[in-house]
Amino acid sequence: MAELPARLLIVDDNRVNRLLLSRSVELLGYQASVAENGRVAMDMLRQERFDLLLLDIEMPEMDGFEVLEAIKQIPSLSDIPVIVTSSVEGVENIVRCIDLGAEDYLAKPVNQVLLKARLGSSIEKKRLRDEQKILLKRFATSEVAEDLQTSGFALGGTRVDASILFCDIRGFTAISESQPPEETIELLNLYYTLMFEAIDSHGGIVSLMVGDGLMALFGAPKPLDEPARCAVSAAHDMLDMMSHFNVERQAMSKPEIRIGVGIATGEVVAGYAGTDQRATYTCIGDKVNLAARLEAHTKVAGESVLIDAATHVALDGEPASKALGRVQFKGFSDALDVYAV
Amino acid sequence: MSDPVDMSVLDELEEAVGPDFLIELIETFMAEAPGMMAELQTAHEGADTEGIRRAAHSLKSNATTFGAHATAQAAREIELEGLGASPEAAIAALQDALSQAVLALQGRIDG
Repeated sequence: MAELPARLLIVDDNRVNRLLLSRSVELLGYQASVAENGRVAMDMLRQERFDLLLLDIEMPEMDGFEVLEAIKQIPSLSDIPVIVTSSVEGVENIVRCIDLGAEDYLAKPVNQVLLKARLGSSIEKKRLRDEQKILLKRFATSEVAEDLQTSGFALGGTRVDASILFCDIRGFTAISESQPPEETIELLNLYYTLMFEAIDSHGGIVSLMVGDGLMALFGAPKPLDEPARCAVSAAHDMLDMMSHFNVERQAMSKPEIRIGVGIATGEVVAGYAGTDQRATYTCIGDKVNLAARLEAHTKVAGESVLIDAATHVALDGEPASKALGRVQFKGFSDALDVYAV
Repeated sequence: MSDPVDMSVLDELEEAVGPDFLIELIETFMAEAPGMMAELQTAHEGADTEGIRRAAHSLKSNATTFGAHATAQAAREIELEGLGASPEAAIAALQDALSQAVLALQGRIDG
């Protein structure tokens, strides 16, 4: 499939300039739209998607400086490349454009060869940035993608109060051995879609997926008011979704899928761990281990959702949880209180 | 005195955008230029220095595009310095340069 030509918005109050610039960029294979001042341009930018802005400075109603300032305030427009084309007098005005975020400045009348080179490079850079964003969204949750875009990437963590949720499918190995691999992948995809939905809708993020197991964080990278309550609500949604899913499976005479969930709450270190080349947003701390142990313990306890004492306290009786007594977990020196919810 | 329009600039422009489009562009300029002069006059009468600067700026920009260097120079002086001690004379000088440039551009279209 051929790529669509890049769409440019030409903003200039002068008709000759608009005509000439449109013609010039169309000859270079781009699609051109025009606006006769900044206000019209902002209206168009809010309604349509453009790949680049060719912006004049001197304009009635709303000038180029005001457009540059307005664009910066709108997150969805903040990364659109702007090339200022003007015959404005004074270096200080050019500097002001660059300071306000313009990618480049081309003096009018615009030299065609220079225009071609600048457009090509700006649009290619924009395309790479867009691609990166799509990739980020695929491999990281949108919260992590957003965090990366606003704070930038740096290995290292911060201490946060969070709830950690572990979840997996009971007897998944047996299920996967009893059916063709395509069906197993299809099952996993469906399962993940449902689990992501439940986690997402309560403000959590999925930080790890291994086979049929996943780990989710509530309270990082974005802080939550009540991470424990969010995690437990997500767990209950997960169970609800699985029971609906099982009704469908039953109708197709397929075995029921059951999940186990473990939740622990407390201070953890959250951040990017790995190398500069390959890293993941994750959480480290004994609460992470505890959540994993609780999840594993669901089989022993015959419960779907197990929580630790800190999560139990944070819930403050709503929803009610049932004390199961103390359990000695591997890797923990003391026996710990466990609750089913 | 130098030519009102530098034909080599028009040659380059023609090569870049094509002969038909060049004619369309020149005709657009000839249609717009009187309006820009009128804006300058109105701004002068209203003592609107910002309006004077903006009208001169537009004329300068277009004149440069077509290689009308004398027009561009006269417009640029007004853009930077205002209309000066004898505004009527400054406007008349710009109008004169512009009229000559328009004649030369018309000559180019007529071949």
